[in-house]
Amino acid sequence: MAGPSTDPRSAGAGGSPDPVPTRRGTELVMLAFAVVITLAAQSVVDITLTGSLRPELATFGGWFTALWAVMHLVVRKFAPYADPLLLPAVALLSGLGLTMIHRLDLAGDQVGATATREDAPVQLVWATLGVALFVAVLLVVRDHRLLSRFAYTLALIGLLLLALPAVLPASISSVNGAKIWIRLAGFSIQPGEFAKICLIIFFAAYLVDKRDVLALASRRVMGLEVPRARDLGPVLVAWMLSILVLVFERDLGSSLLLFGIFVVMLYIATERSSWLVIGVGLFGAGAFLAYQLFGHVQVRVDTWLDPFAYRDTGGFQLVQSLFGLGTGGLFGAGLGGGRPDEVPVAKSDFIAAAIGEELGLFGLVAVIVVYLVLVERGLRSSLIVRDAFGKLLAAGLAFAIAWQVFVVLGGVTGLLPLTGLTTPFVAYGGSSLVANFALLAILVRISDAARRPATPAVPPGTPPRATFVDAPTEVVNP
Amino acid sequence: MNAPLRRVAISVLVLFTLLIVNVNYIQVVRSEELRADPGNRRVIVEEYDRERGSIVVDGTEIATSVATDDDLTYLRQYPQGPLYAGVTGYYSYLYGARGIERAENEVLTGDDARLFTQRLSDIFTGRNPSGGDVVLTVDPAVQEAALAGLEGVTGAVVALDPSSGAVLGMVSTPTFDPNLLSSHDGAAIRDYAEQLEAADPDPRLNRAINDNYPPGSVFKVVVSAAALSSGEYTPDTVIPAPDVLTLPGTSTTLENFGGSRCSSSGEQPLIDALTISCNTAFALLGIELGEDRIREMAEAFGMDGEGLEIPLETAGSGVGEIENDAQLGVSSIGQQDVVMTPLQAAMVAAAIANDGTLMTPYLVDQLRAPDSTVIEQTDPDELSEPVSPEVAAGLTEMMVSVVANGSGRAARIPGTEVAGKTGTAENAGPDHNWFIGFAPADDPQIAVAVFVANGGGTGGDVSAPIARQVMQAYLEGQGG
Repeated sequence: MAGPSTDPRSAGAGGSPDPVPTRRGTELVMLAFAVVITLAAQSVVDITLTGSLRPELATFGGWFTALWAVMHLVVRKFAPYADPLLLPAVALLSGLGLTMIHRLDLAGDQVGATATREDAPVQLVWATLGVALFVAVLLVVRDHRLLSRFAYTLALIGLLLLALPAVLPASISSVNGAKIWIRLAGFSIQPGEFAKICLIIFFAAYLVDKRDVLALASRRVMGLEVPRARDLGPVLVAWMLSILVLVFERDLGSSLLLFGIFVVMLYIATERSSWLVIGVGLFGAGAFLAYQLFGHVQVRVDTWLDPFAYRDTGGFQLVQSLFGLGTGGLFGAGLGGGRPDEVPVAKSDFIAAAIGEELGLFGLVAVIVVYLVLVERGLRSSLIVRDAFGKLLAAGLAFAIAWQVFVVLGGVTGLLPLTGLTTPFVAYGGSSLVANFALLAILVRISDAARRPATPAVPPGTPPRATFVDAPTEVVNP
Repeated sequence: MNAPLRRVAISVLVLFTLLIVNVNYIQVVRSEELRADPGNRRVIVEEYDRERGSIVVDGTEIATSVATDDDLTYLRQYPQGPLYAGVTGYYSYLYGARGIERAENEVLTGDDARLFTQRLSDIFTGRNPSGGDVVLTVDPAVQEAALAGLEGVTGAVVALDPSSGAVLGMVSTPTFDPNLLSSHDGAAIRDYAEQLEAADPDPRLNRAINDNYPPGSVFKVVVSAAALSSGEYTPDTVIPAPDVLTLPGTSTTLENFGGSRCSSSGEQPLIDALTISCNTAFALLGIELGEDRIREMAEAFGMDGEGLEIPLETAGSGVGEIENDAQLGVSSIGQQDVVMTPLQAAMVAAAIANDGTLMTPYLVDQLRAPDSTVIEQTDPDELSEPVSPEVAAGLTEMMVSVVANGSGRAARIPGTEVAGKTGTAENAGPDHNWFIGFAPADDPQIAVAVFVANGGGTGGDVSAPIARQVMQAYLEGQGG
């Protein structure tokens, strides 16, 4: 690692010899791989279902390739040390998602009876907006520590976004019982997806600020350092917030997601496992209360415990999903070979069932592993980044993806009760896709900072302790 | 913060492992169960994607697949729905398949191993895969005459070719329209199924083969066969025929139909006893012959309690428990626990018509590949030889007398000698009315059994005319 210290900001994209490899070439090869797989999958869908390649496939191929070329070039220029696997993983996931949505579009044509609209082109437009937001975030946020300055503003925005659907009339905000939408002029937005990111940024800034206090223990109980009673405030607020989301928006998924992310970030910040125990306890209490008080929660739980007993009513979706997965078996029916359209809302909530049916166990496990790669690369960036805020933010964002994937796929496969969250980057839905591209941009920004050779000048506003105490040993200040 | 971070990373790994284990459980361990679940429409939908083979009668398709533009590619249609409902069954996307649709499903879908080469060549030539055809033995004229004859009553007709066992006709009434169960409109299918469910008598029950009934005097033919086969009797042997018989060991008395007298002398030749269907004479004859001979003869005719596969599965027929001579006497006139399916009744007539040899009944003449090559041709098969040709001739003589001079006069066909036997069976409701017979008596072409449930009249009044229409329709068709 010893070598002349060049300024990485000028060296990264220039191609001049550099002590720390940027790995952009790896990223490019992997991206090309993801794009080729996507286009091959789209061709298979077209040939299987229509007998020929549609002319639109060329447009799609050009567009999709262009999106990732732009992503790659922007990263190469503005975050040259970013983790090389983040983009390819997302490219593969979104490519597969677009393919499955397109495949389900064609099933709609096939059936004739239920003529559905063409959703894949719409999703491609959303992906384009997502890429635009990714570029914007990467250009504006040149240093992720900048975000911590706006922590309280972001918290306010997050809370507003979260609360907005609850206060809007149901005609604008309610779809299938969940009051989590803003539907205006033909567009529907789930502000909760953006609220999630704002709140994670706030959590990171807030917890880094307060972690010393929150880590103080009053006494030990059964080997656990129990925090002081007055420090329970923040976790109780987060808990109340989650309950409010559940009560006023009937959104089990977001409620579970936010609370889980907060508790895990609290644990990482304080290194006190007692927070996990308290979090699980509060979750248990909340779950019990919710089960007792809300009919829709009871239905979810009952149908989860025995979906086949409710196969014609509340368990219908899950049972259809299990049929799809079971019929897919090990190898799947092949793209275009199954009937994933038998599962209700296959494009959004149940897209994993469609993947499992047509690509089989191997395909679905591959998707889970790609998510795992994405999450673990995010956590790895968190491990090696030097500042505490960056660490906690990267960990929060990476865990958010992991937790969401676990809750969604667990729901679709009957491991957990159904929650109505979307599969990140894969499922149909604009807000989720665009918001997750913003999330990806922040992760890329932090991973760039993590792998970038340390510069002598410590940016102002960074707690020196956080910068170096946790830093890996191989990063030596010259 | 790195220590908890590493733990979170490991926890994520654990959570994802849980997901993967669960997906393995669903897609591997539970795969078969989920795939085969009746609620899983995929398998059915897949079957509907292939052009199902036709069911053919006399060159006409009575069940056929028509391309549609909805999500089930092919619609099953039965151009003469109710006429053949008892034979074809239905092919319902909600209720599965019945009848030939079920029994020959593998050929009709094309999954049968004998269609493998065909499937292979379909793959190479790019032809749409389709199923094989099932050609039935049924004669349309017989079928139509049988349905017309049973109009307005509950019952069944089975007609057999005595020399081969081929089923010439099989009708059960009330019938239903398989088209309405095989449509693609789920709500309409359900409505019709509920309507059938509520109907009494149940139209879905195939009375020709799937239920059995007391045969009454029709069973006297079997007792007569046992008597002649014993060598101790000829049609002219005089047997006791009292007005009233007190059953042995009881105080129960047995009378003749309507309390009538069989013979002023109290005895009559066997042929006369059958002609007028004398109850007391046959009860005594049965007791005289003994349970073993009657049971053996009944079993030789197929009444062994076991069903057949023609290839539709049929209910069994049998003599039932006989504990003493009183019960043996009542059993000998086809009451007590004696039961027969209409198919079994037709088999008794057919065996006598075929010189005492019973041929295995069958409905399917040929199985054909989609390119019309024959993959299986049914060869007539001997089931048993209940009586000798001599005994068969004696029985024929007696049954001719029934139609010529006795209770079966309504079955007479001008210019053709008909052999037959009537039956009027007591049961919980009004009497069941039976007729079995064959024609022409000297060169039998068709054997028939007519069953009218709770007809309330006599076999001679109610069922014999239907049998005549059915036999006449066939003979005219053969002659012309």
